Formats: sequence, structure tokens, C-alpha cells
Amino acid sequence: MYPRAFEYQRANSVQEAIQALQGNEDAKIIAGGHSLLPVMKLRLASPSLLVDISKVQELKNISVNGGATIGAGVTYNDLLANDQLKASYPVLHECVASVGDVQVRNRGTVGGAAAHADPAADIPAALLALGAEFTAVGPNGERTIAADDFFIDILTTDLQPDEVLTSIKLPAAAPKSAYEKFAHPASGYAIVGVAAVVGADGVKVAITGSTYKATRLTAVEQALSGNVDAASIDAAAEQIGDLDYAGDHFASAEYRAHLTKVYVKRALKRAAGV
Amino acid sequence: MVATEQRQKLIGQRMKRKEDPRFITGRGRYVEDIVLPRMLHAAILRPPYAHAKINSIDTAKATSMPGVVAVYTGHDIELPNLPYAYQAAGVDNNVNTPNILAKDEVHWAGDGVAVVVAESIGAAFDALDAIEVDYEQLDAVVDAEKATQPGAPQLHENAPGNIAFDWSCGNKEGAEQAIAGAEVLVRGMLRNQRLIATPIEMRGAICDYNAGTDEFTFYVNSQAPHVHRLLFAAFVLGVPEQNIRVIAPDIGGGFGAKIFVYAEQILVGWLARNLGRPVKWIERRQESHLTTQQGRDHITEFAVAATRDGRVTGLSVKTWANLGGYLSTIAGGVQTTLYGRMVTGTYDLPNTYVNVIGVYTNTAMVDAYRGAGRPEATYLIERVMDLVARELDMDPVEVRRKNFIASDAFPFENGLGMLPYDSGDYPKALDKALEIVDYEDFRSQQARQRDSGNGKHVGIGFSTYVETCGLAPSAWMASQGWGAALFESANIKVHLTGKVVVTTGSMPQGQGHETSFSQVVADKLGVPFEDVQVKFGDTLGTPFGYGTYGSRSLAVGGEAIVRSTNKIIDKARKLAAHMLEVGEEDIEFADGVARVKGAPENSKTIQEIALAASVGYSLPDGMEPYLDSTTYFDPPNATFPFGTHIAIVEVDDATGKVELKRYVAVDDFGNLVNPLIVDGQLHGGIVQGIGQALYEGAVYDDDGQILTSTLLEYAIPRAEHFPMIETDHTVTPSPVNELGVKGAGEAGTIGSTPAIVNAVIDALAPLGITHIDMPLSAPRVWAAMQEAQATRGGQ
Repeated sequence: MYPRAFEYQRANSVQEAIQALQGNEDAKIIAGGHSLLPVMKLRLASPSLLVDISKVQELKNISVNGGATIGAGVTYNDLLANDQLKASYPVLHECVASVGDVQVRNRGTVGGAAAHADPAADIPAALLALGAEFTAVGPNGERTIAADDFFIDILTTDLQPDEVLTSIKLPAAAPKSAYEKFAHPASGYAIVGVAAVVGADGVKVAITGSTYKATRLTAVEQALSGNVDAASIDAAAEQIGDLDYAGDHFASAEYRAHLTKVYVKRALKRAAGV
Repeated sequence: MVATEQRQKLIGQRMKRKEDPRFITGRGRYVEDIVLPRMLHAAILRPPYAHAKINSIDTAKATSMPGVVAVYTGHDIELPNLPYAYQAAGVDNNVNTPNILAKDEVHWAGDGVAVVVAESIGAAFDALDAIEVDYEQLDAVVDAEKATQPGAPQLHENAPGNIAFDWSCGNKEGAEQAIAGAEVLVRGMLRNQRLIATPIEMRGAICDYNAGTDEFTFYVNSQAPHVHRLLFAAFVLGVPEQNIRVIAPDIGGGFGAKIFVYAEQILVGWLARNLGRPVKWIERRQESHLTTQQGRDHITEFAVAATRDGRVTGLSVKTWANLGGYLSTIAGGVQTTLYGRMVTGTYDLPNTYVNVIGVYTNTAMVDAYRGAGRPEATYLIERVMDLVARELDMDPVEVRRKNFIASDAFPFENGLGMLPYDSGDYPKALDKALEIVDYEDFRSQQARQRDSGNGKHVGIGFSTYVETCGLAPSAWMASQGWGAALFESANIKVHLTGKVVVTTGSMPQGQGHETSFSQVVADKLGVPFEDVQVKFGDTLGTPFGYGTYGSRSLAVGGEAIVRSTNKIIDKARKLAAHMLEVGEEDIEFADGVARVKGAPENSKTIQEIALAASVGYSLPDGMEPYLDSTTYFDPPNATFPFGTHIAIVEVDDATGKVELKRYVAVDDFGNLVNPLIVDGQLHGGIVQGIGQALYEGAVYDDDGQILTSTLLEYAIPRAEHFPMIETDHTVTPSPVNELGVKGAGEAGTIGSTPAIVNAVIDALAPLGITHIDMPLSAPRVWAAMQEAQATRGGQ
């Protein structure tokens, strides 16, 4: 299919992008374009202006030093190529490696996936489990949003229409971690994706795909209360609580609920090495 | 000259495909690549409902949009409905075929409602949004069995109960008696789900109309360009055949879906003539899932009678075959001759009766899809054999052996009115496959695994299939409701330079004709492989032939080539005798050289003979110049490839996910011309068949909306889903052609599907599961395990 006609503007800086967004309330930011262009081609979205931030250099930096800062414009493949990130945050590496195919990973960006907030995207689960912080810049300057406050609903984040996500900060390294995913056989998106981080200050588990937004499993985390032996994990996974599971013609809500428990156990056990 | 070296035979060699470099390097030329001067672009409006009356259509706004040249609706187009070429034989066919654009009612959500023609494709799509249609939505029905029940929504006035045909074959009385007196009786119901063909290149058509000569040139990705021309000319456009030229460029996969006549193809012709400019229409993926002919979609009830020692004594089958909104080009035959008459498979089951009801529903049309009828038949009989084995607590291999057609019984009449099976040796392929897989060892491993309770279920599944390819002779096909002949053509010219050009009515879409046919010609004429060029895909430059589908190209088209080479050799011998001043009976021709018997130093090469023939300076009395020969080959019988496929799977108890651990295929295609191409065909076919078993399935909601409308929802198998496929062969040559070949294009798809399902059910047997309908996706397998657990828990 072909999208409806639209204007295109390449931004050379974050400020230029913000100005373009302010001038046109139908504008959309485009980075890799792998989520936006398909819906435009299906004419499900028809922005009047695309603001292309894929050439904004200030969004492409990665620094790893105790914590890490990943520019919102870093592509999946740039992230995968960074050995320091791989060593410090294996859950993120695994998660990104499971996204799409080579072509998608060459174009798609970490920030784009987070900002798009597809309920079956992989990245949000890892960012929640890592306790990431999102930095956004808008007309009123810069602000920081905690991961737990960032993902609001299906395709909805805390970002405002005239804000640009600029970077994602990760706290201290989390070498004991894992991402377990049951991929849809057609789309490759997560039917269930579980990111688990066993850190010095406790365990964090987050899911994607199962429900209508990426979600921290605080009930499971509390039930574990720091114990990551196999029996504790099996017991804690049963305490997952009532979640609003998605269901469709491929996988029912009942199946997703079951699968989520199975994958929570698998992810936690692998992260804990038990 | 004297040729001393023994020429190495190319038939049987694993030669790399000569067409591949152009495909791999992006130099293939497809319909989408063709751009003609002054060409316009067409986009088609599809309805939001699968069943609705069209009260009115307002195109004024769309017509006035920038770049729009014209907008037409169904009533603007005074042409007959689409033609059909194959009906269910011997019974009434309540035929309904589509209008070029729907006039008053739409019967599926892929019907065309209006067409916009514009200077650019973008302008055409923009204008689609501006067409205003007043619809009256009607109730829809998507399930073939439900569509025949009282009170179901009706699609067509001339098809009460939505029944297009009610056809049967076999021995009804024998089946009933066997079932009535059965020692053991198994009844069941199987769904063979609907599939989407999904070629990587979607459909497309361009027409360039020449008003000066009243000639239409169509560029169509067609598996059968001559058949398209015939049907366009005789049945729709109302112009003589010579006024139509159909050119099929490179094609990116067909799988059957590019055999048929589609409304869009006719439409571009009508538009081009009306507007005096070339018009192009290219399908988009979502449109393809909506409109392109789909495959399978059977609901089958069966009853099978057997003795306690495993001999099947009777089989009764009733199938509701979903045809979609209309009758597609060859759907009537696919559901009857190619399915019903093949239901007994490799087994000698004289008391078999098959009833097929062809049913209209508010879905895309169903027609031939890789295997076309034989996959449905094979799935049914191979599942039935496993269910009988299960009921008797026998090894499924033993039940198969007990019921196999005896190896000395060929040619074999199966009692369902099929042509006699040409040749076969079913135990041989089975034995070889069992040896490769080490069956006994697997069963002991399986027993250990079951004892270990490690959360995995392992199983083995068999499919000992037979299918039919190269359908012929034409007279028999006509008796089966086929509306034409089914021969194939070849013309061979040996040019002045000694280069050979083959033209044929065959039309590859990935089969590798250029390579296989060149191997045959190079061997027969003794010319270098590189000197042979195989051309196809233009009705102007190729002899009339029926195209490529039904795994017929080598067995029928290849044999036409062989016969043309034989005629050329005959003429070359005569001319060589003249050149060497000896009698014709003194000439022997081998490896491209005509030699005088007993004096081999007196010889002429085929190239020398071709030069003499081409210039014609000195020819025997009455001989015409040129080495040029055309053959139309109508085989005396079809061929019947067979084999044994074995799958080993592992099912994850926690998720229901099926992992394929091993796949062994031992097939018998008769002689192999190019085993590398045969392996490629098998790999592709097996993967496609496993796609049906595990992943694929077109899903419609009750309103007739397709939910698997993109490749985000419709799962086609990927390389990562497979272990290395292990292939081997037995060789039982076909007696119906000189090459002794049978056809390998569809066997993988036909053999593989039941092997996988049988393996999964074998794995889950300890849970009491006897059947799960396809696709065996993780959620469905898990649900079946849950249900089995609940049932067992409740006992």
C-alpha cells in the first residue's frame, strides 16, 4: 500500500526537531521508521509531517561507566556491537538480539521502540527490569522519567507531543539477568517476553506481550523477597496476581496467562543461574 | 572430424541452476519492473463487508481528484463474468463466477467494487478513499458445513444451500457393508485448514492495447500464458486469439495461485482499450491475502472399518469443500478428480466411497495450491491409518504394510475412477526411510524419555504417500470435467551456428526449467550445455502449451522436448548420410556425432549438420532446410510419485510448542534429471507442508473478515524452524515417458503435512490425545493437553 501524502523534514539537532513538532500538531517523529511506516502504508496513521531525527548525532552516543547512557537514536545493531553494554547488561543485549531481523536491527532504534510503546515490543521489558530512566527534551527544557512511569498504555507513554526522547540511562551493571521470549511465529513480536534482573538491591521482573503494556511484576518480586532458589521462584511466579491479559485468534488470554508464568520462571532461573 | 572423448552425460548430474545468477543478483525482470510509455496505474476498491448489496456508488469526488483519469464501477463494464475451465464431472455444477467488478452484490471482502485509474499509483490510492458506496450489509457465512445447513445466508440464487456440486466416487455399497459388519470401526472429523499461497512476488498485470491493429499485449505473471490467452480471448474479451499476446516475464513463485484467470487481469485489458493507454495493476500484500485464490479448506467426516489384525475393510468419506464466494478457474476438478479419486493413497482399499460437496461461502475463492487435492487426500488417509493403528494398539508402520498396494500390482486401479497408478514399490521407500531413521532405536529412546518425565514429549510420524502428476491423457481429462486438453509443447531449433533454442508452453516460476531442460537437450543432441537456451513465457514465440502446475513440466513438457530431439536426430542422420555419401542405415548418431558404422573416422558433428541444414545448399531430395522440430506430447497416462516421510518431534509440556528434531524423506520420482533441483523442490515443498502442519492458517471472523490479513499475523515457516532435512530416493521409473520421470514439484508438500501431525499425536499419545486440528501451534497443542488432562482428571 501507499501512505497518504505527507511533508518531510530532516532535523539536524534536537532543538530543530522540537521546533518542527511545535509548528505542526499532526507531526510525528521518525527514526528507524519500522513501526511508523507500516501503519502509514496501511493508512492507519497519516501524519502531515514527518520529522526525521535519524541523522541527529547527539542522539547516537553510548557511554558505559558504572551506569550507562544510551542515546535514543542508537540503532539496535549499534547497541549489539557494544561489548561493554553486552557485558554489563546482558538482558538488554539478549532482548535486542531477539528483535526482528538484520534489516530491522540496522534501522530500528532503542529510543524509537520505547517511545512507540508497542505492547509486544521487546525493549520495554528489559528497560523496566533494569530500572531505566528516560530523558526527554521539550520546549520547557529537559526532564527525567522513571521507567515505571514511562509506559502508560497501549502505544502511549508519558512523552508529550512536543517532546523528544533523547537518551536512556541505566543504573549499575546487571550481569545476572535474562530475557526469555515466546515469539509470535509470524510477526516475531513477543507473545510473552520476560526480562529478569537479579541485582544486589533485589530482583526485578518485567513482562511484555502478555498484557496491553509492558509491566513490572512487583507481586512476584515481593514474593521472592530476595530468594532466587528454584523453589522460591516457582512459588513466587504463582503470586503473579490478576493481570489484564491480551487475547487474540492466535493465543488466548488464558494461554498468555499460563505462558507468562512459565516464562517468568524460566527467565528468573536463568538470571539466577539455578 | 573425429570425436574421441566419451561425452559425460548431464542427465542425473547435480548441476547448478543457470537461471540463478540473474535472480540472486537482482536482475530478474518481473511484471512490477515493466514500465511502458504513457502507462496508467489502477487501484481497486474492496468492500468493507464480505456480503452486502451495493445500493449506489458515487464516484464524482474521486473522479475530480488530481491525477485521476477515470473511475469505473461494475455496471460500466459490459463483459461476461470470469470463465472457468474445470468442473466436477458427471453432476450439476451450479456455477457462479465473479463479475469483473461486482455489479449489485459483493460475495466476499475481496470482490472489486470500483477501479480508479490515475497518472500515479499514489493518486489512484488517494482517490479510492473518496469513492462513496452505499452498502446494505447481509449476513455472512464462512464455514462450508454451516453454509449448507438450513437458514444459512445464501450467496447465489442458482445454488440452493450454497451447494455448487455434490459429487461422489467409489463403491458406496461396499463401504456401507464393510462399516456395518466392521470388527473395529473408527469415526472422526478432520479439518484441513485454509492456506494463503504467499508467493514472494504478488500478482500483477499490465495491458498495452494497440488501437491500430486491435491487439492486446498483456504482461501477466502467469503459470500458463497460453491458457490465459485462450480464456481471455474466447470467454471474456470476445476477440480472436491472434489479437492477444500474453507475455509472462520472470515469476517470483506461484504455487498454483498464478494459474487462474483473475478479474484484475481482464480489467487492465478493458481499461487499456477504453482509455487508449497502457494500464498496470500490482497487488499489495494485504490485497493478496484478501483476493488471491487460497488453498485447502476441507471439513471431512470419515468412518473406517478394519479387522482386528489391521486390515482396513472399508472407508466412507464425506467432505465439505469450501470454494469461497465463487467457483474459481479449476476448483471443480481440484476438489473431485484430484482429491476424491486419490483418497485411498498407497493402500488397496476397494470398499471406499467418497462424497464431496463443493460449497460457496463469503470468503476468498479456493483453488489449486501446491498439491491441489492430493495433500487433502493424503492428510486424510495418513491420519486415518494412524487412527486405525491407535485403535488397534498396533504399530502404524505395520498397519500401513498390511494395507499397501502390492508391489507387483502395477498398473493399479484404485477403484475410485483414478487413472491406473503407473508404477510403484511402496515397501521399498518405507524400508529405506525406516533404516535411515533407525526406527527401533527411536522407539526405545522414546520409551526412556517417557519414563524420565523431563517435561518433553517425543513422537514419530509417518506419511507413506502417493500422488499424481503430469495429468493426462487429454481425452481422460475431458471426461473429468476439464474444459480443454492437457498436452505440452516443445519446439527445438538448431541454428546455423550450432546453438540450440528450445521454446515451450511450459512456464517456470522457480522450477529451474532452463537448467533441467538444457541437460536433457544437451545429452540428446550432444551439444554443450551452454549452447542450449530454453525460452518460454510469450505466446507469440512459443508453441501452444498448457503451462506449469501439477508437477507436469518434466514428465509432459520434458518428454515433448525429448521427442523433438528425436525428430531432429532422425533428420540429422538423413542429412549426415547425404553429406557422407552413405546410406542412412549406415549412420549411427551418438554424443552429437553422426558416424559411419565401421568407419567412425567418417563423421559429421551436429554443428556441421546444422550448418548444412540451415544454408540448405545441398540437401537430400525432398528435405526442407533447417533442423527445426515441434512436438505436442499428450501422455498415455499420468505419473504417480510416492515415498515415505518420517518426522520426529518434541513437544514442550509447559507450552505446547512443537520442535521438529528430525525429518527424513525418501521419495521416488522415477529417474532424476537434476537431483540438486529435486532436493530443492523437496526442501521447499516439505517446508511448505510443514507450514500447514504447524504454522499457517487463514482465519476469518464470522462476518467474513480475514484476520490473517498481513504477514504479521499469517505465519509462514522460516529457516530457523527447521533442522537439516534428510532426503534420499528410490528409483522406480515411470513407463509413460521416455525419460522415466514422474514429477517432484508438489510431493514434499503432499507428503510432509501428515507426517508432522502424526508425530505430534504420537508424542502426546500417553496423554490420551488422538487428534488435534491444524495448525499445531503452541496455543492449540497446549489447549488440547489441558483438555486431555481435564478429561482424564474427571474420570
